[in-house]
Amino acid sequence: MTGLETVLRALPSLWGGLAVTLEASALSVAFALIGGVLLGTALVFGPWPLRLPIRGLVDLIRGIPVLVLIFFVYYVGPAAGLRLGNFAAAILALSLFSASQVAEITRGAISSVHHGQMEAARAIGLTFPQRLIWVIFPQATRRFLPPWINSVTDTVKGSALISLVGIVDLMLSIQQVIGRTYDPMPFYILGALIYLAINYSLSSASRHLEARFAYVAT
Amino acid sequence: MSEPLVRIAAVGKSFGATRVLDGVDLDVNRGEVVTIIGPSGSGKTTLLRCVNALETYDEGSVRVDGVEVGFRDGEAGRRPRRDRELSRIRAATGMVFQLFYLFPHLTAVENVMLGLRKVRRLGKAEARERALHWLDRVGLASRVDALPSQLSGGQQQRVGIARAVAMDPKVLLLDEITSALDPELVGEVLAVVRRLADDGMTMLVVTHEMGFAREVSDQVAFIDNGRIVQHGDPESVLRNPSGDRLRAFLSRVS
Repeated sequence: MTGLETVLRALPSLWGGLAVTLEASALSVAFALIGGVLLGTALVFGPWPLRLPIRGLVDLIRGIPVLVLIFFVYYVGPAAGLRLGNFAAAILALSLFSASQVAEITRGAISSVHHGQMEAARAIGLTFPQRLIWVIFPQATRRFLPPWINSVTDTVKGSALISLVGIVDLMLSIQQVIGRTYDPMPFYILGALIYLAINYSLSSASRHLEARFAYVAT
Repeated sequence: MSEPLVRIAAVGKSFGATRVLDGVDLDVNRGEVVTIIGPSGSGKTTLLRCVNALETYDEGSVRVDGVEVGFRDGEAGRRPRRDRELSRIRAATGMVFQLFYLFPHLTAVENVMLGLRKVRRLGKAEARERALHWLDRVGLASRVDALPSQLSGGQQQRVGIARAVAMDPKVLLLDEITSALDPELVGEVLAVVRRLADDGMTMLVVTHEMGFAREVSDQVAFIDNGRIVQHGDPESVLRNPSGDRLRAFLSRVS
């Protein structure tokens, strides 16, 4: 049996794992986007009693390897009364990690908008939420997108670590196939190519998005 | 015509140890153009920004059409207003900035429409019609769909004026609106302001254009070190300056 045949025959058993990887990534990215934008906005505009703990949390999480974070939520969580299944724990850990990155990206993107924009928006009588939605966020989006896509690809790649708490994602299904076939090389190459395909489509999608938001700045 | 439209009374403000405004009194009547002149750092822009609460003041009172701008009266004395109240109050004034501050992601007409839609809550068609009317009034009927980055400085500033006046403000605040323009673009912007003055728009103007100040103003106030040192009709303040500091200032700028 050639390497190619082995791979073709094992492919169907990888689809399930791929679906889990995509699901875990999509959920983490979505939670992180919502949570991170809220946290990042609070970092810029919040009063200090709100800013200080968020700053601490973001710095703490950013300083911990994702794998440690996953183990921490999964193994230490129950001791703190947080009893989650391995999938939920993994999603929570990935989301926390990614949200702390998104918070920092959001803070930077908002800060890059000229302070005069806020003044002009105030001067015409827009309320704070209106100023964010109609003036600040549309301009910050341009600065937000490129680093955010980077963080999304980080999350997809980081999701391979959830296999270590027993979730059968793409990574673990590859290892299971290798366990059956004793032929690691073609499967690791295949795995790398699949992750590459996901992330490459993400970055090309982002280039389209960036082009859409690329009004010429004054 | 009884109560002045804008009444600034004994306004004081400090940035740390620096006294920026030191007991300023100034009234603007309906339909009047009042110009504030003075050296840079004298507090004139800060004073202007107190009128729409972009800046807070520590003491005194700023009233626009009878409403205290920065504070509301509570049981425990006066308290700074909340953002939502400030938004409502700011909607009654229009401001044009030295550096335009157009929204760069919106076209000229969208810049004018934003406040009409979200603050005045006009329907899209009505807001657009009103925005187009004002862009036409400032001579930009042919550039309504241009982004700010595609407009010259003078054109951008005229969009800035249209954005402010389309909201139908009680008073228009102009903060050195020609200072960032190339000399050959100053005229087109001042022409627009002159026409607004002729139409009876109440304006409080900070400017370095002395000729313009003399021509359109009903009153001129000279501010120095946070105090109004001289105040009166343009003839007496600009043509026959009495104080040494005003004379020195006028000889520097003109």
